[in-house]
Amino acid sequence: MTSMSALPALTAAFLGSLVEAAEALTILLAVATVRGWRPAGLGAFAGLATLALIVVGVGPFLDRIPLHLLQLGIGVMLLLFGMRWLRKAILRAAGVIRLHDEAAAFASETAGLHEQARKLQPRLDWLATVASFKAVLLEGLEVVFIVIAVGAGGQFLVAASIGALLACVLVMVVGFALHRPLARLPENALKFAVGVLLSAFGVFWTGEGLGVPWPGQDLAILGFCGLFLVMAAAAVALARPRAVEAVS
Amino acid sequence: MTALVRLLRVLGGLFVDDGSLALAIIAIVGLAAGVAALAPAHPLAAGGVLLSGCLAVLLGNVLRAARRRGAPGGKRF
Repeated sequence: MTSMSALPALTAAFLGSLVEAAEALTILLAVATVRGWRPAGLGAFAGLATLALIVVGVGPFLDRIPLHLLQLGIGVMLLLFGMRWLRKAILRAAGVIRLHDEAAAFASETAGLHEQARKLQPRLDWLATVASFKAVLLEGLEVVFIVIAVGAGGQFLVAASIGALLACVLVMVVGFALHRPLARLPENALKFAVGVLLSAFGVFWTGEGLGVPWPGQDLAILGFCGLFLVMAAAAVALARPRAVEAVS
Repeated sequence: MTALVRLLRVLGGLFVDDGSLALAIIAIVGLAAGVAALAPAHPLAAGGVLLSGCLAVLLGNVLRAARRRGAPGGKRF
């Protein structure tokens, strides 16, 4: 392993975490707007505490798994996770499915909480706390998975953790300064890039787990990124007319 | 129990969105593992199967999804 792997790991963790943190912040802000910061903050804190418990509980077991099995397992999970993201990003870029809109998600979450407020006034703070807890826990779990996946196989957990932490801090600072969801974040472009990176890492680690001696070792990841990028761009171009034909 | 099932479903959803894509990926990994086991003298062959298989599976899945879009009774995303 060379230090060349640290940069893609840090970048993948940063970009992936940026998207997840923005999604969590959208729900957190919606809860805070409707019910105030107390239930929103309480839920977020509980979510972070649960995440910390999961990381502390699962983390030590990673060292006990033989490296090639860890690489194979993580590689397959990365392929499932990364190609799922890339597929969705391609379909969105081609106009087959609608783009994810944080402003719309914020409006929908806020409307949902207002509706619940009308029906269930006494229980609302509890529901608001749970909404905030779920958002932080679920999006946080995705961040933890991305960090473990891109970092653990190549012993770059620290680089990946730094990337994820930077993204979370950046989203928090910008989101709280603006007091609104990061609607201008080019989410599909980010998902596209992260999907390419995670898929490339997935092929690399799965191959390493199977004993494939990739030419160029870690540098092969960059080649895989290029191939996935070219294939994804071609897929967008090919899927766009098909989607238009099918609709018309 | 319901909460646990819901949590497991959410966790599964992190990896599986379109079942056919997930199954195809697993099949490609299985095929690459088979090639690695049957041809240990040519380990790069397994890598070739894995890489080209993943690219092909993704392209095929996206094009199928684009074709299905808008068709009567077609899948909604």
